[in-house]
Amino acid sequence: MSASPGPVSGGQALVIEGLHKSFGKLEVLRGIDLAVAEHEVICLIGASGSGKSTLLRCINLLEPIDAGRIVVAGEEITARKVDVNRIRRRIGIVFQAFNLFPHMSVLDNVTLGPRNALRMPPAEAEERARALLRRFGLEEKALDFPDRLSGGQQQRVAIVRALAMGPDLLLLDEVTSALDPELVAEVLNVIRELAAGGMTMLIATHEMGFARDIAVRVVFLDAGRILEEGPPDRIFGAPREERTQQFLRRIVEAGRL
Amino acid sequence: MSLSGGPLDGGDLIRVPPAGGPRRVLGRRDDRADAIRSTAIALVSTIVFFGVIGWIVVNAPGWPAVQESFFNGTLFAEAFGFIRGSFVWERSILRAFLVNVQLFLIAEVLILVFGLLLAVLRSLPGPVFFPVRALATVYADVFRALPGVLVIFILGFGIPGLGIAGVPVEPFFYAVVALTLIYSAYVSEVYRAGIESVHPSQEAAARSLGLSRFQSLRFVILPQAVRRVIPPLLNDFIGLQKDTVLVSFVGVVEIFRASQIKQAATFNFTPYVATALVFIVVTIPLARLTDLLVARDRRRAAAGAR
Repeated sequence: MSASPGPVSGGQALVIEGLHKSFGKLEVLRGIDLAVAEHEVICLIGASGSGKSTLLRCINLLEPIDAGRIVVAGEEITARKVDVNRIRRRIGIVFQAFNLFPHMSVLDNVTLGPRNALRMPPAEAEERARALLRRFGLEEKALDFPDRLSGGQQQRVAIVRALAMGPDLLLLDEVTSALDPELVAEVLNVIRELAAGGMTMLIATHEMGFARDIAVRVVFLDAGRILEEGPPDRIFGAPREERTQQFLRRIVEAGRL
Repeated sequence: MSLSGGPLDGGDLIRVPPAGGPRRVLGRRDDRADAIRSTAIALVSTIVFFGVIGWIVVNAPGWPAVQESFFNGTLFAEAFGFIRGSFVWERSILRAFLVNVQLFLIAEVLILVFGLLLAVLRSLPGPVFFPVRALATVYADVFRALPGVLVIFILGFGIPGLGIAGVPVEPFFYAVVALTLIYSAYVSEVYRAGIESVHPSQEAAARSLGLSRFQSLRFVILPQAVRRVIPPLLNDFIGLQKDTVLVSFVGVVEIFRASQIKQAATFNFTPYVATALVFIVVTIPLARLTDLLVARDRRRAAAGAR
């Protein structure tokens, strides 16, 4: 809060202004403006390549941005000389491919961050990890290695791993896209529970039914820009933009809505 | 033409598999018979092959002389320290071999540490670390280019020759240093391949938890990388084990030097054959272990693939 001169965002968990990001000549994000209130759940929808994943990775500072700024709970995290490790501790991210650490037990996966990034005493880290695993029905898997778990279980562990850091904001990057259809529900239920608990979340997803269900606001991304945003009923019921209508029509044709 | 494998003679194809070759149709009644037949063929061909070679060697005109100067039973026993019915440890090449073992064990530990350091330096990202990366790269290139004997000579004679006070003069010390320098270059390449084989998403996951770059390397990248490169590391250590004889050139009396001394005394090469046998006996278990680990990794990779 000390070094951020910009507008003070009361109650805003996340503010993004004029965000640009290119990979070489490919411009992936072309001016994103977005504000997320505390406890708000936002779903990002849009075709593959529209920039959803890149946006989330930028917010977690996994990708350096080219222009614009990102403010998390009043602090500009894209300012120079910001300690990226400290910022990342406050922002959890869950990846499409789980990215669990295959050489560690479930418990070690979950406690690695708290023990080493938060310097939490191991006993306390383990106690909290076990409590979280219990909450999401994974207690008996604590000592198993990731390759012994189903995809759904692995993704739930990945969510628990992010939660163990006690983040203010959780980013979910197509977390069900790599799962067999029958395993999708268990993961979505975890996210529903988190939403009910008031977790601020930014969710990139292809599960339109779920988005309609859980989102306070739906944001439609097209070619690196936010083309349309609004409450789910409006976006899914009466989309204004031609591109949004097209996208949703294709989703309906594919039987995903 | 049953072996042509056309669609019309598919039935024949199953009954005429390549002996001992890969994958045949499973669950066939004649599988067992096939296996027995393959084993028998392999056995007979081996016996015939080595029989013929043996016959040629033994009937060569120079064989009696060669047999006397390479396979002298008495001198063979003496090389191991069995001299006129009693065992003299001090005269055994096995005692000299302990020097090789020491050399090997000390160098191995140093190589594992130094090689890892080099590999980590080489994988530091960003323009700031360019000089470090460049230095580590040049190091690996130079020490892989130089013949080991030359490094051993230059260090072993050159540095003590400077006559700087306090600098060690024992050849053993320079032997360890030289082998460490040479093999660290190879081992750093092995480590680096391992580090690069860990998918970037693993680092992203570690960093996303707020771990520093160093913590990610230590807890997430290196444990996975090292596990994957254990077989090639062992392979390099097989090479190191053998190269310990090179240090005899700077005056370390190890097994090769010891057998050379024996050879010079009798003008008989049997002590060399005894030395060769020692290396075979200690190296083969390591080679088998390496193959075992490679096979295990392959099985795991197949089972863990999703």
